[in-house]
Amino acid sequence: MTRWKVSVDKNVCISSAMCVALAPGRFVLDEQQRSGPVEAEIDPDEVVRDAAASCPSEAIRLVDADTGQPVDLD
Amino acid sequence: MTVDSSPVKFTPTLPGQPVPEIATISGGRPVFRAELPDGRIVWLVTGYENVRQMIIDQRFSRALAVAPGQAQPGFEMFASGSINGMDPPEHTRLRKLVAGAFTARRVEALRPRVAGIVNQLIDAMAGRPQPADLVAGFSLPLPAQVICEMLGVPAGDIGRLHAWSDAIMGDWQRDTDEIMAALAELYGYFGAQIEVKRAQPADDLMSALIAARDDADRLSEHELTAMCCILLIGGHETTANQINLSLLLLFDHPGEAARLRADPGLIPGAVEELLRYARLGSLPPARVTTEDVQIGGVVIPAGEQVMPLFGTANRDPSAFTDPDRFDVTRDAARHLTFGAGVHHCLGAQLARVELQEAFRGLIGRLPGLRLAVPASDLEFKPGMAIHSLRELPVRWGES
Repeated sequence: MTRWKVSVDKNVCISSAMCVALAPGRFVLDEQQRSGPVEAEIDPDEVVRDAAASCPSEAIRLVDADTGQPVDLD
Repeated sequence: MTVDSSPVKFTPTLPGQPVPEIATISGGRPVFRAELPDGRIVWLVTGYENVRQMIIDQRFSRALAVAPGQAQPGFEMFASGSINGMDPPEHTRLRKLVAGAFTARRVEALRPRVAGIVNQLIDAMAGRPQPADLVAGFSLPLPAQVICEMLGVPAGDIGRLHAWSDAIMGDWQRDTDEIMAALAELYGYFGAQIEVKRAQPADDLMSALIAARDDADRLSEHELTAMCCILLIGGHETTANQINLSLLLLFDHPGEAARLRADPGLIPGAVEELLRYARLGSLPPARVTTEDVQIGGVVIPAGEQVMPLFGTANRDPSAFTDPDRFDVTRDAARHLTFGAGVHHCLGAQLARVELQEAFRGLIGRLPGLRLAVPASDLEFKPGMAIHSLRELPVRWGES
């Protein structure tokens, strides 16, 4: 079964907390209010895909753990 | 825990008026019940951490707040059909359709065009007699032109669109029939524009949304119309008044204005401080609790209206050192003026670019810009959503 790698570019994150609100168990804010994944590798999850597609700074990166290809966000 | 049974009277203050000590009003409680000027009883949430916690938590629902029977006339009624008045997953489905057009990267690509509009407006103003009204000549047409171009609405329609927007966003005390008429006209206008665009698609946001409806059935016709309306309304009155209030602050703090003139590289940081300090919002959109929620040491029961007081978050000493000091070099980027969570302002990055270019243009080209009337003569529209100036008479040259 496919797995997804989730990462957040903290230099790009603008702390909108969009992802934390949409997927509370998947993303968490650090002391500087920058987001990061709760788990770096997950089973495919539509809410995580939504969070990546909704991020105002395109800071969330989702890739297929096997192929390394970006996950389609649409 | 007990439910606080005696709501305190709460009236939002205008920018320029002294801010009442919130702790005095609330008796030191960070979350408390209040009676608004219109008689509504709501819970008010204050302080940086409480406000942030509340607006990220989906148990505070926007959809319930704008449900039939709950919604107030004006913006709330308007919001009920749009992403502003929805919760996930409906909100997510619609927001994803437009999120891509407003990302930091896409908006950065618009910066040269924004700077071009800034220059055109300053050229036009500089050729006219002084004093001039900066609202009509600059702060309103700048964001209006930008959002019209993004959507693909004829720029010549800006005047009409603004009149409707004004009726919906501005004066909520007005006759409800008048507000409903403006809403109907705005919807009718976009209904007709969508048909025009359907016949002749272009490289713009409205065409992209029409394709999402017609090719992929990702939104209804009503959602399509409502989306165009909220992009237009959300996209100009807010930025226009943030420009106005920012200029008033800079007029009031000539030392800080001088620092920006001396080093325009400070402008992006200054824009964040202006957003933090200027108190654009009056009463924010309400949320309704979907269940009992504990926040700030109290339990708010299910079904209650709750409002986050963003101004108290932006002036919270636990988040900002010496918060009542206006300092263009402070790191203010964590302000909550754009909100947070799923309703984080869609146009936040666009607003930042517009504000940065607006001040770069005004400070660089009209360094003598100043108020032409006493600040006490300025009038705000009697609305409840944002502090909206009727006029901002200014001079810039010798006189």
